[in-house]
Amino acid sequence: MSPAAEPARATASAEDRFEYVLRLGDTSLIAAQRLGALLGHGPALEEDLAIGNIALDLLGQARLLLALAGRIEGRGRDEDALAFLRDAGQFRNMALAEQPDGDFAETIVRQCLLDAWQLETYESLAGSRDRELADIAEKAVKECRYHWRFSAGWLVRLGDGTTESHTRVRAALEKLWRFTDELLSADALDARMAVSGIGPAPALIRERWETRVSAALAEAKLERPAQRHYPWHGKRGVHTEHLGHLLAEMQFLPRAYPGVSW
Amino acid sequence: MNEDWMLYEVFIRSRSGLEHKHVGSLHAADARMALEHARDTYTRRQEGVSIWVVRSSEILASDPADAEALFEPARDKVYRHPTFYAIPEEVKNL
Repeated sequence: MSPAAEPARATASAEDRFEYVLRLGDTSLIAAQRLGALLGHGPALEEDLAIGNIALDLLGQARLLLALAGRIEGRGRDEDALAFLRDAGQFRNMALAEQPDGDFAETIVRQCLLDAWQLETYESLAGSRDRELADIAEKAVKECRYHWRFSAGWLVRLGDGTTESHTRVRAALEKLWRFTDELLSADALDARMAVSGIGPAPALIRERWETRVSAALAEAKLERPAQRHYPWHGKRGVHTEHLGHLLAEMQFLPRAYPGVSW
Repeated sequence: MNEDWMLYEVFIRSRSGLEHKHVGSLHAADARMALEHARDTYTRRQEGVSIWVVRSSEILASDPADAEALFEPARDKVYRHPTFYAIPEEVKNL
């Protein structure tokens, strides 16, 4: 199709683009903080390194995305200002990312559900009309492919493992499943971003996520929990109590010692 | 460390065209996990483009007690080294 024949698209406002990029960047940042806090607590040296590697990948994505958000906003806030000088209500991460670790099964289930969403989202965003966002997505998708491989591998290992591991991973799945609705249900902003050709079509992400996760659950011999609507909307700034605690730890240093570096 | 986890030896090829070299070992529950652990443990600083893992128990090793029989006979056969040939000046990379 020639460019002239392409249907006219709505242009997204800077406010919309800022909010949308924050959703992606904050989700990576909060997930990175969760995994980074596990360093030294992995069940084996090799797993500790794997989780640390994934945390660093996510942090790298967060830096690129928050720096981009700062440029779109145009008010002089850089990635550090956005990461360290906002309060919980201004964060736009998916509530799933901020859920605490509990046992290893909870960490794995949280990452698995989130990895599948990030992987499908970035795969689509690699074709975004926003070139800067597309470049970031193209880099992130390679990382996310490995993250999914790691977490889905463990999901199967735990689900199809011993009675104990199966019981724990099933409990984690029951506990965290309610947060998946937020990943897949588009709100008005998601819809506007799709229309403007920047964001992916929400229905497509849902379909691909369902296919990917269902296959992993079947291999792990786990039943898919019933879908539940949930009052948390992290991407609109309505978070669970856990985010405040996470931020208190993450933001302490730059708030207590402004401009500190080492 | 879970005692069900097995020991694997890890081989990394640092660049295309070079051979895989032994870099160390690690523990894993299965081959797939071993490959992922090898990636996470031994290629974090871009050390490689290809990984082999092999169960340590699958490796047949020579017995140190056999060292005399295996290696000493080669000691007095220096003529097996290509050091008795005069290398022509114009040959640069031999």
